Amino acid sequence: MLGILRTIFRTGCKPEQLAESNQLEASDQRLEAAIRKRFNGSLAIRQVDAGSCNGCELEIHASNNCYYDLERFGCHFVASPRHADMLLVTGPVTRNMATALQMTFDAMPAPKLVVAVGDCAANCGVFGKDNYAIAGTVSDIIPVDITVHGCPPTPTDIIRGILKAIEP
Amino acid sequence: MSSAFVQMLQAVLLLLLAPLATGFVATCKARLQNRRGADVMQPWRNLRKLFGKEVVMAAHASWIFRTAPYVVFTATVMAASVVPALLVDTPLSLTADVIALVALLALARFFLALAGMDIGTAFGGMGASREMTFAALAEPAMLMSIFVLSLGAHSTNLTTMINHTLNSPFALHPSLAFAMVAMLMIAVAENGRIPIDNPGTHLELTMIHEAMILEYSGRHLALMEWAAMVKLMLFATLIADLFMPWGMTTDASLVGVAVAFALWIAKLAGLLLALAVIETSLAKLRLFEVPEYLSGAFVIAFLGLLSYYMLEVGA
Repeated sequence: MLGILRTIFRTGCKPEQLAESNQLEASDQRLEAAIRKRFNGSLAIRQVDAGSCNGCELEIHASNNCYYDLERFGCHFVASPRHADMLLVTGPVTRNMATALQMTFDAMPAPKLVVAVGDCAANCGVFGKDNYAIAGTVSDIIPVDITVHGCPPTPTDIIRGILKAIEP
Repeated sequence: MSSAFVQMLQAVLLLLLAPLATGFVATCKARLQNRRGADVMQPWRNLRKLFGKEVVMAAHASWIFRTAPYVVFTATVMAASVVPALLVDTPLSLTADVIALVALLALARFFLALAGMDIGTAFGGMGASREMTFAALAEPAMLMSIFVLSLGAHSTNLTTMINHTLNSPFALHPSLAFAMVAMLMIAVAENGRIPIDNPGTHLELTMIHEAMILEYSGRHLALMEWAAMVKLMLFATLIADLFMPWGMTTDASLVGVAVAFALWIAKLAGLLLALAVIETSLAKLRLFEVPEYLSGAFVIAFLGLLSYYMLEVGA
């Protein structure tokens, strides 16, 4: 226990300044600014893997580590869509996950936001739109506010995308 | 100031400071993980947002599910008001003793478990069964640890017990050391903290408290979370009351209350900081080891009872 505490003390506070991102694309049918403003400083995120290769998940996971520290912006991940304000969707939507994604979206209390993360979520990526197992992109199933491009997008891109979705 | 006014002030302070206390633990934990984390006001911002959100009901939710947040919140706040924080003889503390306090907490837990089972999801029922299993072991241990102090004061009333500690000359009581260790172990378990339960977990299979409130949203969720924050505050205040009541005022004068308030905040900050350090340096226990942990707490409290009779009676 003392060893852990000594290491913690020697390491110090690590978060870095968040860089800008050019991988974002805002949809024209976003929530109004007045509603978005209410999530500023307090945002609960639920992540749904709609058929991703887990590359995006690793980057999302990294956004919680001590370099990127998503929590300092007041955002945290939750265990249930009922607790969530934002749905973070990765991967092309497979046929098996289409209903589940729609149900998760319906289970969230309004007002709600959707951020599609990764090239697969934006345009089905390497899996292709005419694949027999794929129902479509995320925006074919549920309304998307912000799309974050990249395969996979960096944690900086993801955090910038999340913050762009709630900027007033 | 009248003692009724101080009682009101204390209840309001408990409600207002409870989210700050939880935020303080979260900030300390973030710093210990070398992150900056959110500031202490974060739980307040979360509550304000939740009160403004829509409430989504499960299709099978009955009146139990709808009323449970209000029952849980009211019972917890009532229990918290029973514990004196600034003034020793508050009106509510004189009417309700420790057994009533544990009963109020049990009422809150009963409705929480009912609400978990009401919607019929697998995780709700699982969380409810775990919560009740551990409660059956934690409650006797908590009462046993408080009874160690009751023996000296000849009362289960908190005011009488605090007065007894304040008026007796300072001495090291082995029985109190045992009781305090047991009480700290129970407080960690009752508030769903590491090593018993992880408040920040997303894994449904390891959840206890969180599993029961997975289906809540909007203002219902806000009340449930606020109740949990008040409960953390209640236990920290109770431990400060029972084992280090020095600084609490016996008359409701302005200076006395102000000094008591400053010392109360200092004691709470110390306890919560210790909680953050413990949570960072320990791993979560396996679920099947929790009963051993809780019966360990009971045995330690019982040893306190024995050592009281062996070492302190007649001394």
